[in-house]
Amino acid sequence: MDWKIVIDSLPLYVGGIRTTLVLLAISLASSFLLSVPLAVARVSPRLWLSRPVWFFTYVLRGTPLLVQLFIIYHGLAQFEAVRESMAWVLLKNAWFCAWLAFTMNSTAYTTEIFAGALKATANGEIEAARAYGLSGLKLYSRVLLPSALRRALPQYSNEVVGLMHATAIASTVTLVDITRVARDVNANHLLVTESFGVAAVIYFVLTFSLVGIFKLLERRFLRHLRTQSVGAAVARA
Amino acid sequence: MLHGYLPAILEGLVLTLKVSALSLAIACVFGLIGASAKLSESRAARWSAEVYTTLIRGLPELVLMLLIFYGGQIGINRLADAQGWGYIDIPPFLAGVLTIGFIFGAYLTETFRGAILAVPRGQAEAGLAFALSRTQVLWRIVLPQMVRHAIPGFANNWLIMIKASALVSIIGLDDMVHRAGLAAATTRAPFTFYMAVALIYLTLTSVSIFVLSRVEARYSLGVKKVQF
Repeated sequence: MDWKIVIDSLPLYVGGIRTTLVLLAISLASSFLLSVPLAVARVSPRLWLSRPVWFFTYVLRGTPLLVQLFIIYHGLAQFEAVRESMAWVLLKNAWFCAWLAFTMNSTAYTTEIFAGALKATANGEIEAARAYGLSGLKLYSRVLLPSALRRALPQYSNEVVGLMHATAIASTVTLVDITRVARDVNANHLLVTESFGVAAVIYFVLTFSLVGIFKLLERRFLRHLRTQSVGAAVARA
Repeated sequence: MLHGYLPAILEGLVLTLKVSALSLAIACVFGLIGASAKLSESRAARWSAEVYTTLIRGLPELVLMLLIFYGGQIGINRLADAQGWGYIDIPPFLAGVLTIGFIFGAYLTETFRGAILAVPRGQAEAGLAFALSRTQVLWRIVLPQMVRHAIPGFANNWLIMIKASALVSIIGLDDMVHRAGLAAATTRAPFTFYMAVALIYLTLTSVSIFVLSRVEARYSLGVKKVQF
């Protein structure tokens, strides 16, 4: 292991980590905001609302993210109408394309996760809420969503880690993330441990930091579901 | 159709299918070994299976693929050098298949472990009481019954794996995505070709979902469905 190369390339990796994290943060924020209303539409009994959402998630979950990114980044340039339009300023930018692809892809998976949690709501909870005169928006914002989003936390944390790993694909469209830095270091020095090995360690640390954050969130938001240990219950009695 | 590139893309599809199917077979082997290691009484076996699944699931597929593709090549040649075998070239196809199989073996380890645990203990105990050997209990009693519990997780992993096979184009394999890229470059119609590839993937996943739901129904015969 050549530590000099690792130390020399450290500033590059720091930049790569920043790119990866920024991409993750902006994609997560936008996909979360889109997923909540889409999940509500997905579980709606009105077919004209739920069907299009089902179709959207089915298509995006049925195709590889790499191909989705290529369609947006390489594909859209095929049309002169796109190249002449106002949107071209954004669409020729790799950052924008990566953000758009990751947001759409993550929205599809997150919508299904939230919709699943909504469907798992106990019927009595809805009946009680209706009995208190809640309906429509209030029913969702006060009762259904707070409990469904909590219940979705464990699965949502998987999706967040998955999206973090998926950002490695951004390295194929000129973005200099952790993976791109590793590929460049490998290309320059032909040393695998110093390039992909270092990247692997960084991703590993990031993964377990995210897992840790979600453990804390679960402890905070799923406190009511934690089983009390027998010992503690006996001691209290 | 497709400016005459359809046959070329379909050849790429054959490679995509070959990669996916072979990786699945390898992943099943790793998954079964991993699951039995996790359930074994030996602490060393449990520990190494734990390291395997934790490491693999903590890293992006693309990085693992690049790591194994480049690293494996160098590692094997260092070994070959020491043994005096001369230069060994690992074909990208083999590297890709082994890598994807190795990665999804870790995910299948968890699926298989859960499925084996879902088979009531009494079944294996009854087998042992009838003087079947441990191997016979595993192959004739536990495995056939665990299939039903393993199918949902297995189906999920297969779908993820088909899509992950697109990544082999990055390590230089001539799959559908790679073919589409070449065709796009010559015809200047990237949208057409990537869209076609996306449609083929969508067909593959749709067919897989249909087939696997039939398989699940087949293995769930005799199990009463929950009535709500």
